[in-house]
Amino acid sequence: MNNIVIFPIIIPVIFGMIMIIFRKRLKLQRYLSLISMAAVGIVTVYLMLQVKSEGIQTLHLGGWVAPFGVTMVVDMLAALLITTTSIVAFCCLLYAFRTIGTERENFYFYPLFLFLITGVIGSFMTGDVFNLFVCFEVMLVASYVLISLGGTKIQLRESIKYILINILSSFLFLVAIAFLYAMTGTLNFAHLSLRVAEVGQDGLMTTVAILFLIVFSLKAGLFLFFWLPGAYSAPPTAISAIFAALLTKVGIYAIVRMFTLVFYHEPEVTHLFIGILAAITMVLGAVGAVAFWDIKRILTYNVIVGVGFILAGVASFTTVGMTGALYYLIHDMIVKALIFLLGGTVIYLTGTSNLRDLSGLIRLHPQLGWMFFIAALSLSGIPPLSGFLGKLFISEGTFEAGYFWLGAIGLFTSLMVLYSIMKVFMNAFWGYTVIKEEEEQGTTAGLLLPIGILTALTIALGIGTQAIHEYVDLAVEVLMNPSFYIEAVLGLNPKP
Amino acid sequence: MKEPNDIIIRSVAKVAVVIIFTFAINLFISGHHYPGGGFIGGLAFASAVILLFLTFDIETVRKNIPLDFKMVAAIGVLIAVLTGLGSLLFDVPFLSQAFGYFYLPIFGKTELATAVLFDIGVALAVIGTALTIIMSIGDDR
Repeated sequence: MNNIVIFPIIIPVIFGMIMIIFRKRLKLQRYLSLISMAAVGIVTVYLMLQVKSEGIQTLHLGGWVAPFGVTMVVDMLAALLITTTSIVAFCCLLYAFRTIGTERENFYFYPLFLFLITGVIGSFMTGDVFNLFVCFEVMLVASYVLISLGGTKIQLRESIKYILINILSSFLFLVAIAFLYAMTGTLNFAHLSLRVAEVGQDGLMTTVAILFLIVFSLKAGLFLFFWLPGAYSAPPTAISAIFAALLTKVGIYAIVRMFTLVFYHEPEVTHLFIGILAAITMVLGAVGAVAFWDIKRILTYNVIVGVGFILAGVASFTTVGMTGALYYLIHDMIVKALIFLLGGTVIYLTGTSNLRDLSGLIRLHPQLGWMFFIAALSLSGIPPLSGFLGKLFISEGTFEAGYFWLGAIGLFTSLMVLYSIMKVFMNAFWGYTVIKEEEEQGTTAGLLLPIGILTALTIALGIGTQAIHEYVDLAVEVLMNPSFYIEAVLGLNPKP
Repeated sequence: MKEPNDIIIRSVAKVAVVIIFTFAINLFISGHHYPGGGFIGGLAFASAVILLFLTFDIETVRKNIPLDFKMVAAIGVLIAVLTGLGSLLFDVPFLSQAFGYFYLPIFGKTELATAVLFDIGVALAVIGTALTIIMSIGDDR
């Protein structure tokens, strides 16, 4: 029992509720939202150190022990992801202060933002499948409102599609949970892992696993990403940045958790299937990223390529591949938020997202230009930035598992990503300066701070990988050995 | 204001609302051991207010119940979460409950449970949410 485990979830809830009570005090809301994200970050780092020294931390709510009660589990994977989430959310909030507009702020932007974060963090921490569903819904309901908040025509059009597709996938999720419960009689991850190992993962169980995979693929944008480019380019920059950074990652996390802890007995079926989907996702995403001339489209297709790449590492199901997937997951959360904020800033300054109308911004905004350059390199995995190690390990993992085609596709699509993002850089920042400073729609004042923080972070993660190396290794150790997780939750014999 | 030709529903509602309120409170209190509780009690309470909305109009009811129901919901959730936090003071898991028997002047031997505090939060959250939904889809503005 460790009561600190609950804090990352309830801090945003409490602050969000206080903000609803003080609806008119926008300044107070801004401070409170920043404070809450900082508090979540600090608490999680503290938890992370505890996990490192004492093993996986669990909390059985109300004293009802697993597998009967609701269990919250923080292992190293969850701790790393929550820490990254709080940093990314902090930066997106800083960015939102200048760009989101009082109208949206008045209509509960900050509480909704915090509820979204609550759902995301809850999904990372929950110890059973049903609460994973609940946390998904918390996150989704907040995202429904955030995506349509403001009510412009494009937002409403995209939010209808987004809501419909997510209601369908939530329905499938429930069906899958019902199947799983009928077959195993439990929903607790640790208990499920035990039960599935006992009865064996037969054909029917594998079918249920595939059903879960379809559900999570819809959320993560793995192959079933047709809704993603539209939905992520509709809302304002701060919101689409947090969507791109976090929402697909929750789906990826769910796939990682399910297919390392519960359904890991038939990797030649399930993991190969993930690999094939990942390969198709990477190719289609990269083609989209190369083809479009609209900044928002290029960036959203890059989100899809990232999803495919992380899951290629998961599909390899080797220690190296998992390590790579984890490095890349953390990197991707940071760099996707960064590149979305950068792209959004370009659009905010010039008022257009069409690359053909842009040129020579670097003369007016040198810092913005250079940070874009760094982000672009990091996105495509150029050393010494944060994307490199993840790419290296994922490729190594796929080769080790014998999926040479998967590794090759991953490396090839990296080049396409580099091309697509360099296309944005060269067209927007190089060339003859067509726009005068006084013609710009806004200023970069205050916007460069969050972007700068994230840029510094991607450099620091690349150069100082050694610092998080231990933690990532611990997380992967738990992923590759389900017994650690099971023992920690069911209290058999707690170990790291 | 509505035309005064709905005299029947007005007369019935004035009595029925009181009965529903009483029933809601009864449901809420019995919920600790028998069917009922914060959720269903809150819903029954909200249904009485909705009956008032139907009988009179929203403006009149708003004048008499000057509460922002969104705020009621928020306060409800806050109460629920904070009572959960109370268990931290006693170093037991979050959301743990405790109960004991006390001799009160009128009620005699009474069971008092901390779960009721949590339930009050749930009831307020349900009332606030239900009425916010009804008022936003019923409002023409």
